[in-house]
Amino acid sequence: MGLYLNNVVTLQLDQDLCVGCARCLEVCPHRVFSMKDNKAWLQDRDACMECGACAKNCPKDAITVQAGVGCAQAVFNSWRTGKTECCCDASCCGGTKKDKE
Amino acid sequence: MTTSHTEIQSNWTWQDRLGAVAVRCAFRRMRYAVTPGLYAVNDPGADSLVFVSANYKLSFDHLRCSLTGISGWILVLDTKGINVWCAAGKGTFGTEEPVRRVDAVNLKDVVTHRQLIVPQLGAPGLAAHDVAKQCRFHIVYGPVRACDIARFLEAGLKADPAMRRVQFPLRDRLAVVPVEMIGSVGKAAALAGLFGVLAIHRSGTWSWQGLYPEGVTAAGLVFLAYLFVSVIVPAGLPWLPGRAFSLKGACAGLLGWALLWATGLYGRASELMAWCMLFMVMGSFMGLNFTGASTYTSLSGVKKETRLAVPMMAVGLLLSLGLWIRACGIL
Repeated sequence: MGLYLNNVVTLQLDQDLCVGCARCLEVCPHRVFSMKDNKAWLQDRDACMECGACAKNCPKDAITVQAGVGCAQAVFNSWRTGKTECCCDASCCGGTKKDKE
Repeated sequence: MTTSHTEIQSNWTWQDRLGAVAVRCAFRRMRYAVTPGLYAVNDPGADSLVFVSANYKLSFDHLRCSLTGISGWILVLDTKGINVWCAAGKGTFGTEEPVRRVDAVNLKDVVTHRQLIVPQLGAPGLAAHDVAKQCRFHIVYGPVRACDIARFLEAGLKADPAMRRVQFPLRDRLAVVPVEMIGSVGKAAALAGLFGVLAIHRSGTWSWQGLYPEGVTAAGLVFLAYLFVSVIVPAGLPWLPGRAFSLKGACAGLLGWALLWATGLYGRASELMAWCMLFMVMGSFMGLNFTGASTYTSLSGVKKETRLAVPMMAVGLLLSLGLWIRACGIL
């Protein structure tokens, strides 16, 4: 069970596309994935922090997630400036964020 | 094509330690960088492993100093002086930069193998299969923490589940306290100033006599609340009630207010509600801010709680200000 809010994350896994390479298990920092019958499955979806490592490294594009930084200052800045991307300012972590899926 | 690299040591010097303390206190944090390129640790050869790092000096130092007794190459990417995880999130630690850097340092002539060890937290930025396609170097994801590298190598480039997991222990939570505090000190000072100035009127009129003790006490209380929640939110994160950081923060604020009241340090009955509101709002603000420092909050979750918490914080602040204005006899 995740530590943060339940039922909010955008993470989706299409098991039909999964080839069982287990790369997602390797890159996930919160043990969201597990293997069952040679395919990945979401054992703890609520633990996902939407970093996007799994989707980026899935060679079959079986994983989708609206990746971003879970930072309130970044969220607030994006609302204030009207930009869709979330970006912190220089006082936070550099403010050089490129547009990211 | 010629290849060039820089020989470096695998130990912390006092200058490195001092630099680490300084950036932890937000001093020149955005300019703490090393030059991108290839570095040699402990006299590596053509079959030595290549470790990839960001050019934030603190990331680089942690990697370098975890290679004590290990010969290896460090390929430093240009991440604009940002650490691996943040740079991966921002895209500077991406697929293009390692491909470009491998070519720039002519890595294929330096080593005979075709393997790059990339820190796991770089994975949000780069697609391992695309890097392999573009530069023929295969990515092996190393452990989350550089201090696990020796065990990772002993296990034959295999990380156990614990090495793959990001934790947020007390030590790490407290390490970010100074940066968080410095980031919001301006807002705390403005709030302290506002409450302090309003408190002058407690003497019945706007005169200098109201500045001390009334004005100073009020400003001091606001600052005390700021200090309290800045430490208690990170320190007590796993134990504070609720899951939303704004709620945890509000609880920390409430705790601070209750302690103030229970110890009898400040207990004017007419002001209790005003201070209670203010402490909770300040705690909530620091809690919400701390989502950026935490290692497990998702963007969707933060959006959800920000949408709810910001209006509540605004109402709470106005209420506490209104109650304070009344307590000071201005209205």
